[in-house]
Amino acid sequence: MEKAEKVMVKGTEAIGEAAIRAGCRLYFGYPITPQSELTEYMARRLPEVNGTFLQAESEVAVSNMIYGAASTGKRVMTSTSSPGFSLMQEGVSYIAGAELPCVFVNVVRGGPGLGDIQPAQSDYFQATKGGGHGDYKLIVYGPESLQEAVELTIRAFDVADKYRIPVLLLTDGLLGQMMEPVKFPSFKNLNTLPDHSDWALTGTKMQREPHRVTSFDLDPVKLEKMNIQRHEKYKTIVKKEKLFEEYKLNDAEVVLVAYGTMGRIVKSVVDTAREKGVKAGVFRPISLWPFPYEELGRYTENAKLFFTIEMSFGQMLEDVRLAVNGKKPVEFYGRTGGVVPTPGEVLAKLMELV
Amino acid sequence: MAYAERFKAPTSLSEKEFTYCPGCSHGIVHRLIAEVIDELEIQGKTIMVAPVGCSVFAYEFFDVDGTVAAHGRAPAVATGIKRASPDNVVFTYQGDGDLAAIGTAEIIHAANRGELITTIFINNAIYGMTGGQMAPTTLLGMKTTTTPYGRKENIEGYPIHVSEVLKELSGVAFLARTKVTTPQDVIKTKKYLKRAFYAQLNNIGFGLVEVLSTCPTNWGLTPIESMKWLEDNMVKEFPLGVYVDKVGDVY
Repeated sequence: MEKAEKVMVKGTEAIGEAAIRAGCRLYFGYPITPQSELTEYMARRLPEVNGTFLQAESEVAVSNMIYGAASTGKRVMTSTSSPGFSLMQEGVSYIAGAELPCVFVNVVRGGPGLGDIQPAQSDYFQATKGGGHGDYKLIVYGPESLQEAVELTIRAFDVADKYRIPVLLLTDGLLGQMMEPVKFPSFKNLNTLPDHSDWALTGTKMQREPHRVTSFDLDPVKLEKMNIQRHEKYKTIVKKEKLFEEYKLNDAEVVLVAYGTMGRIVKSVVDTAREKGVKAGVFRPISLWPFPYEELGRYTENAKLFFTIEMSFGQMLEDVRLAVNGKKPVEFYGRTGGVVPTPGEVLAKLMELV
Repeated sequence: MAYAERFKAPTSLSEKEFTYCPGCSHGIVHRLIAEVIDELEIQGKTIMVAPVGCSVFAYEFFDVDGTVAAHGRAPAVATGIKRASPDNVVFTYQGDGDLAAIGTAEIIHAANRGELITTIFINNAIYGMTGGQMAPTTLLGMKTTTTPYGRKENIEGYPIHVSEVLKELSGVAFLARTKVTTPQDVIKTKKYLKRAFYAQLNNIGFGLVEVLSTCPTNWGLTPIESMKWLEDNMVKEFPLGVYVDKVGDVY
């Protein structure tokens, strides 16, 4: 066992180290700000653990390399930032279609287009509603701290393997670039990783029928059957894999809803609001897909108002509205383009609303 | 070797019947690849990356593990497989639209890295499955559904010469252009395929065999006319021969 002491690390590097401890020995990537340190960390660190690092010619190639490596059943990951993740969507769709386990990290920056390199949450739609073609889902996690990013990275590999599904860690430039003390878990024994010998491409060794990993069937009835099976799996994931945090919600009349970095910021907003006599609490979805609709919806019984805060023009807002289902008003505040709302401005907006 | 022994189906081919049009070269090339896999005794460790296009079902025709890559991305997918499992033998099977248009970046960089994979490149100067549109390899003057007046250099540019481009890259260990229109060509092609796999098996580098191929259906010719058309027109534009051979005296 490794000593579980807290160490001071940078966000991008914390995720890289967590991945290695989770048993990931393959990383394919392409530099893009603000996550290049993660790519660099893997370049330095993977050879130390007999792993494989490769800088690809493009993000399009990266996601297809991930497809190839994942089809052998081994733990593999990549990381990128918004414009890079757009390019990866081709591979993401194929990976989701072929039901391959792997982990993507999107350290979101301001967009659209080239945008800037400051933190944003404007990739929520692309992450949770399907950025590529077809009708598929990724499990998406939005961590609020480096410790949570580490734990969710480990979890990402485990649920990816469990369900044969790509998992996306959706974070932003703020979390990627900050430093915080983190407690790392011990290294996973590679021999104890899930066995994928029933489907992975490993060569038949002349001992079994060939394995065929594809997202493809020209027969619409057969393809529909494949899609239905995949969606049955998604239903199970919705039932079992929702993650969220409830903060001071017991008697809350106003429910602030935010995720990731923003979820962390609004906790301090709620603390100050309570000092001013406003009964507020935070509902922070951690799994953005599956989204905790029912769990959030329960607060419509006692709360008077829902207030969504995002670093976007309101993307998760649509899921909050679905959860609230018209039973109570849902207000919104957002900044975009890489501007991170301060606790002060969110508080001011909250005080206006109550 | 007895006649029956010599002409029995290679073990590496599955029982599934080919879905190719009469006179198309895919069938011949498939059989040659399978014979090479058998002779090298690598069937149990081979993983194939099938392309999109008419040969999208190729993973069903070979009795080896396999997957299908997105259009043009086979070299990237194969890179992922090979890097994850260096002990396996990985080959991609790609057409000209796949490799020389949308997948230009992937093939150039896989070749340049000296990726230990083998690529079989089928060049029939046209897009087959989508119904006969212009390929990057379409000859000047050649009529396709998207060059109905014939390909013009001032509009669509010139046919791209993949082997000539790749031969400049240091990671390439074996590279040849061939055809399968005569028995002699078939024998030569098999030899090239074997050397391309040797380049991988002996960790020398990337191997590619470009096969000039027929598409009677989209060319609007009979199988025999197609072979003649290939001989008379394609060979002039795409000279045959070995462009790179760093495999040495192993075969």
